[in-house]
Amino acid sequence: MPLNKLALNRLHEQLGARFAPFAGWSMPVQYAGIVEEHMSVRERAGVFDVSHMGRLYVSGPGAASTLRRAVTYKVDDLEPGEAHYALMCDEHGAILDDIFVYRLEAERYLVINNAANVDAGREQVQRAIEGDVAIDDQQGETAILATQGPQAREMVARVTGLNALLGLRPRQCVEVDYRGQKLFAARTGYTGEDGFELVVAYHVAEDLLPALIEAGVAPCGLGARDTLRLEAALPLYGNDIETTTTPWEAGLGFAVTLDDGKDFLGKAALVSSKEAPFDRTLTCIQATERGIMRHGCPVLHGGEAVASMTSGSYSPLLSASIGMAYLPVELAQPGTELQVDVRGKHLNATVVPRPFYRRKKDS
Amino acid sequence: MNIPTELRYTPEHEWIRADGDLGTVGITDYAQDQLGDIVYLDLPATGSTLEQGGKLGEIESVKAVSDLYAPVSGEVIEVNEDAVDEPEAINNDPYGRGWLIRIRLSNPPQLDKLLTGEEYDEHITREMEENTD
Repeated sequence: MPLNKLALNRLHEQLGARFAPFAGWSMPVQYAGIVEEHMSVRERAGVFDVSHMGRLYVSGPGAASTLRRAVTYKVDDLEPGEAHYALMCDEHGAILDDIFVYRLEAERYLVINNAANVDAGREQVQRAIEGDVAIDDQQGETAILATQGPQAREMVARVTGLNALLGLRPRQCVEVDYRGQKLFAARTGYTGEDGFELVVAYHVAEDLLPALIEAGVAPCGLGARDTLRLEAALPLYGNDIETTTTPWEAGLGFAVTLDDGKDFLGKAALVSSKEAPFDRTLTCIQATERGIMRHGCPVLHGGEAVASMTSGSYSPLLSASIGMAYLPVELAQPGTELQVDVRGKHLNATVVPRPFYRRKKDS
Repeated sequence: MNIPTELRYTPEHEWIRADGDLGTVGITDYAQDQLGDIVYLDLPATGSTLEQGGKLGEIESVKAVSDLYAPVSGEVIEVNEDAVDEPEAINNDPYGRGWLIRIRLSNPPQLDKLLTGEEYDEHITREMEENTD
């Protein structure tokens, strides 16, 4: 099957992007280089074209109760202009996707989900439909530009002239008019940095992306997005969380509401999995010698395999290999010494506190 | 892409600069560019013996690991510890400070089987064309 191309594909080519297939899309993986892009986001600002991600507009009088039934978090309780991270689970409590839910208005929501799970997400909402609901998928008409970094918000405001966006608090979102079109902005992201995620008509994005770059925002690809999210210990669906992991062992209890008296797909199963003592937990591991831990590498303790790495890469900030694995809880204490089998070579590593990197909050 | 004409090349993107029975080995400008930021090098110990085409070691960038192959047979007489400490030297100067090992060739005529600069240029041009299909 031919790969989908981003609406701004030609622009990325002009910016010198290297492309690789991801979830059926030809995606920019890097421009100047992963380490340089990574540090741009940590120190200044970067922009990612993540238009491959799913966006589902759910509206109508039944929108709030439908989404409450479709996802794990009490999204019917969000105020218009608020957003929250949530999971979609099946009736067995298996995680089908992790998503962000934005309440745009009392009766209108935006759900952003992983590219590989676009269909599963739509089906989940359809299964949960209660009352009068319209589901609209505007994938082809809009672009998603994620601007991230300590200077990202200021740069977006300066380039667009939309100073009102600077009033958004973390996890707030807004739709404003911009050049005759709707521009959605949310103070959310997937890098551990502050910033705005923007959804705009793609012909607006065609001008906005170069204008941001002109202003000094670094174009960044999926390579840096992965190292950034890993330093922030944000799970990647399909690697760190999947159908066989529970939210509890993944440290995602904050995404699940069990006490609001509402039912949702997977609730009964999640109630029982929460009551059962869980014996493993998603844990941050840092190599203490040279070598790069990768997804799938066995994790050893006292010579015995105790887990396998769910993510592994190189941290440009720590200049060391970092990764995550579901370790038995008794081994999950920071300071526990481990070995990671990297293609037959046993690399010394240690458990460190989660996350590897946490930004200093200024507001 | 920088391809010095005085070097010999492998299809796997190693280069060798030979002087009598001594050779210096590295990876090409094209290879470092394809790999991206190099963050780890695993090289053989001084004194180890290599077979032409056999595995020489591993090189890792942020996104992937690749095997390195010996362009000729011989004995490793020096390892570039500076490149091991700071692998970005390979990105910055692949034919200079980013060299990997020095080798004493056990069979210098093997050099004749390697690609010339011109042949290597054609090789990577084909490879790039395949990648864009």
